[in-house]
Amino acid sequence: MAHPSSMPLATAERTPWGDWSGGRSPFGVSWQKLMMWIFVVSDAFIFGSFLVSYGTTRTTLTNWPNAAEIFALHVGGQEIPLLLIAIMTFILVSSSGTMALAVHAAYERNRRRAALFLVLTMLLGLTFVGCQAYEWTHLIKDLGVRPWQNPFGAPQFGAYFFTLTGFHGLHVLSGVILLGFVARRVLQGAYERAGSYEMVEIAGLYWHFVDLVWVFIFTFFYLF
Amino acid sequence: MVDHTKAGAHPHPPTRVYLVVWGWLFVLSTLAYFIDIWHVPQPFKAILLIAVALMKAGLIVAYFMHLRFERLNLVYAILAPLILLLAMAAGFLPDGVSVLLNRP
Repeated sequence: MAHPSSMPLATAERTPWGDWSGGRSPFGVSWQKLMMWIFVVSDAFIFGSFLVSYGTTRTTLTNWPNAAEIFALHVGGQEIPLLLIAIMTFILVSSSGTMALAVHAAYERNRRRAALFLVLTMLLGLTFVGCQAYEWTHLIKDLGVRPWQNPFGAPQFGAYFFTLTGFHGLHVLSGVILLGFVARRVLQGAYERAGSYEMVEIAGLYWHFVDLVWVFIFTFFYLF
Repeated sequence: MVDHTKAGAHPHPPTRVYLVVWGWLFVLSTLAYFIDIWHVPQPFKAILLIAVALMKAGLIVAYFMHLRFERLNLVYAILAPLILLLAMAAGFLPDGVSVLLNRP
């Protein structure tokens, strides 16, 4: 079925307001993709609220712990600050790269390649969650960090750490499950038969959004 | 259901573009890490980190999420509400500063 927005437009109608004059899909995307964008924007508000709350609280305090020291790794008898977080960042950025290649392969209707990159993305996502599990275990068991107290300084540190990274990690895990379903459908040829691989792109929107959120958590929680 | 391959309504860049964006995300992440490690003095550190974060976010949204290739209607509908996040930050952060200044 031809999509209204895919019909050729007269030059005078190639304006944002011309799209609203009727008989056309103003956003030029399917409802599925639009729904995912609406979800992404609303989810951005959830994480935005968390970060604004964190920023406000941290501003009021004088004894906020130094994240670079807490998240350091021992390598060869040396303390390298934030090493684990840097590795996690590169893993998530790479998973976004493989996801983009999966979407690209899906556009080209290359079933095997799309599935391969989806599975790679899932593996990178699971590695990220694994690193996070290690980090949480280390902070809870070895360092004694709790949502209400920690040995370094401001007690609010634990509350924001567990909320921000926990909520983000849950998003990564949900993304892995979603990609698992999509990869299975790709291999089964379901999108091939339906004539559209758009679901791969929609799942990709979600995955890239999770990477996007990490950019801000990485910047404001770990580096600031 | 939109069939992009037939309709061609949605131009998508060649593989090389994704790899270049991927490379830049690596470079910017490394840069952000070193801005922290080098102990850049505070106002500059904050400005640099926010600049790098916005550049990374821009690359992800524009290329990986394909927003650059979507209709302007959709672009505005997605980006405009995010201004409200800045409004929220502008509304709450001064409160934090005033608490800090009122500490004995």
